[in-house]
Amino acid sequence: MATGGGTIGGRRPGEDPAAAVIAATPRGARLAEWFDRQARTLFVMPAVVMILIFSIFPLIATFMLSLSRVRLRGGGYRIRYVGTQNYEKQIFGSEQWHFLGTFEEVSVLGWIVTAAAAALLAWWLIRYFGGRSGPVSVVGTVGRLITASVLFGLAFMFAATLFSGTRLGTLGVTLFYVVVGCGIQFLIGLGLALLCSQPIRGRTFFRVVFFLPLMVTPIGIGFTFRMMADTGKGPFAPLWQWFGLGDFAWAVNPWTARAFIIVGDSWQWIPFIFVVLLAALENVPRDLVEAGHADGAGSWQIFREIAWPHIVPVAATVMLIRVIEGFKLVDLPNMMTGGGPGIATESMTLHSFFAWRALDPAQSAAISYLLLFVTVVLCVSYFMLVVRKRAAVYG
Amino acid sequence: MRSGALTRMAEIRANLPAARARGLKRWFEPTRIGRMSPAGSIIVYALLILWSAFVLFPFYWLAVTSFKLPIDVFEGPSYLPWVDFTPNLHAWADLLDFSAKSPLAETLTPYRNSVIIAFCSTALCVLVGSMAAYALARIEYKPKLGTILIFVVLMIGAAVAVGVHGVDLWVAGAVAGALFILLARSVGRYFRRSAGNADILFWMISQRILPPVVAVVPIYMMFQRVGLLDTHLAIILTYTVVNLPIVVWLMHDFFASIPVDLEESAQLDGASRLMTFFEIVIPLARAGLAATTLLVLILSWNEYLVALFLSTTKAQTLPILVAGMNGGEKGILWWTMAVVIIIMIVPVIAMALLLQRFISKGILLGAVKG
Repeated sequence: MATGGGTIGGRRPGEDPAAAVIAATPRGARLAEWFDRQARTLFVMPAVVMILIFSIFPLIATFMLSLSRVRLRGGGYRIRYVGTQNYEKQIFGSEQWHFLGTFEEVSVLGWIVTAAAAALLAWWLIRYFGGRSGPVSVVGTVGRLITASVLFGLAFMFAATLFSGTRLGTLGVTLFYVVVGCGIQFLIGLGLALLCSQPIRGRTFFRVVFFLPLMVTPIGIGFTFRMMADTGKGPFAPLWQWFGLGDFAWAVNPWTARAFIIVGDSWQWIPFIFVVLLAALENVPRDLVEAGHADGAGSWQIFREIAWPHIVPVAATVMLIRVIEGFKLVDLPNMMTGGGPGIATESMTLHSFFAWRALDPAQSAAISYLLLFVTVVLCVSYFMLVVRKRAAVYG
Repeated sequence: MRSGALTRMAEIRANLPAARARGLKRWFEPTRIGRMSPAGSIIVYALLILWSAFVLFPFYWLAVTSFKLPIDVFEGPSYLPWVDFTPNLHAWADLLDFSAKSPLAETLTPYRNSVIIAFCSTALCVLVGSMAAYALARIEYKPKLGTILIFVVLMIGAAVAVGVHGVDLWVAGAVAGALFILLARSVGRYFRRSAGNADILFWMISQRILPPVVAVVPIYMMFQRVGLLDTHLAIILTYTVVNLPIVVWLMHDFFASIPVDLEESAQLDGASRLMTFFEIVIPLARAGLAATTLLVLILSWNEYLVALFLSTTKAQTLPILVAGMNGGEKGILWWTMAVVIIIMIVPVIAMALLLQRFISKGILLGAVKG
């Protein structure tokens, strides 16, 4: 894979004198010289080989696994190719309720949501083909069509479950965690960063304290929040009883359980967004802000017109990182609710793990591939359509 | 704008007595430019203190619970030690009780496992990752696209052979490797188009988007095949790869920001590239290296999913132990859990408090430069 000459900064300084010196000295130095000549390969090879073995090869293997049926038999296993059966089972078949949610009749609201999503996406595509958002290219067209069809599929999935009053599947729950959770985290993180960038005392204290949760093991957070949410023994028990909810168990209601997982997740991840946005806010040129103050602009105007354009590229990137990590959420649901009630809080990673634990690696592989597909399509769309554009405008 | 600022400031100064006279309104006006109004600062402090309470309270509750007797827990919440319950060290004493009936008898091994795995994988990851990052920042690579294509095809072929036709993993790997070397040498020179450093860098970093659950089942099967399942080595290697994209991403920026002059003169003096890297570049990138190392160390200490798949008993890490204690026949032992979680999170919290600047530097570099 690696061919061509090794150069530093485009030049080749001192290769000949070094070679002359080494040629005059015997063995040990020869070895050193060999190492030096192979250095360009040696430097990058370990990383490449490790990624190939532990990332690319498993990626291919999981795909093959997802196209087969695995029978465990006396210590070993037999694999048989079954085509797309596993995926069909998840999307149309007997596992649909688990992955996509319970599909019954789509309600009026559901149809309205579907139509609105379709209209919005059509408008977006038409605007693109009208050439108003830059030149039309093949890659851009194909990418936008993929993005639009996936978004429409997801909108219909939500229309048929959430807006029709039936249960969500693990895909819906994962997206709920990502969209709602990351949205809340962004707003609170930004708010805290704005508060901390005010001229206040004790800023270092607040900064250190707000930073702490990011370091804490998610499993520990899961248990601590479970303890705190206990309506009988937790610290807020008197409050619950005062509201007459003494024997209310939040873990039994799907929405309170999901909300609680988002609270735990936010407790951990708001610091991440806070730290990054605070640094971005501190990099906003002071004289611009002062000039704004002097010209009589209000705080909101200063934020909107001066600070926001400066922090948008950073905010877009930090949210990309957050969303990528958000799709991987597994520890909190597993610890706080075990995926329950029913499957109400099960993220896709947890779903895949449960399938694996039920000795069905093929289904587990199919689910993880579906997760990979959704993650890649949404993150790449977000990157191409939001992060890049913002960077181009303000960067 | 400057002159505008000055006149405006003079105006405000002239109006100050009037503003003071306006009573209630002065709460909402800044006393000086660049300061907040009194009401504003009260609101800001109130919100900041509220959030600090939200952040700190779980830690407090964890600590308090670890000093409670079972009866103190089950009788409903009690908040202040010595005021509404008497602190008791029984849960902590279990830590020093090594007899089999102690609920914490099995804590020591996972703790040691966690330490070994976190440190080894961090060291390996930072070494391998920063070497690759340095190379990508300094040396020009031009892998031919055709060669990469051959490699991918051979890899898929090997996967098919192993998975569908039951060929041995080693045989398939050896045949694919030999074929690759042969083909790359003979056919490779006919390819024209090649990828660049930016492509390799992007490829490495983009691995982070991969949900670990996608890769972990085949990794499990690989380690099972070579008999390394439930060993430290298996988890160390997997963690290394999981965190590699972060190291490459962060360190690439650090190395790219170091001027090349020093390295060039070192090479003129006859230093080999390895020597240059370890004796000149690494010391220069110390700050970045520290930040990256801390970040990776914390990530490996906290990791859950990979350990869940790859360890059963011997190589079990702390998060797995804690998750396993959640539930069970006797119900949850809240006080014991609290102790285990405290000893699990104290190292990272201490690190965060002491080295907060370094760690947030690492986080910042990732987000701001990206």
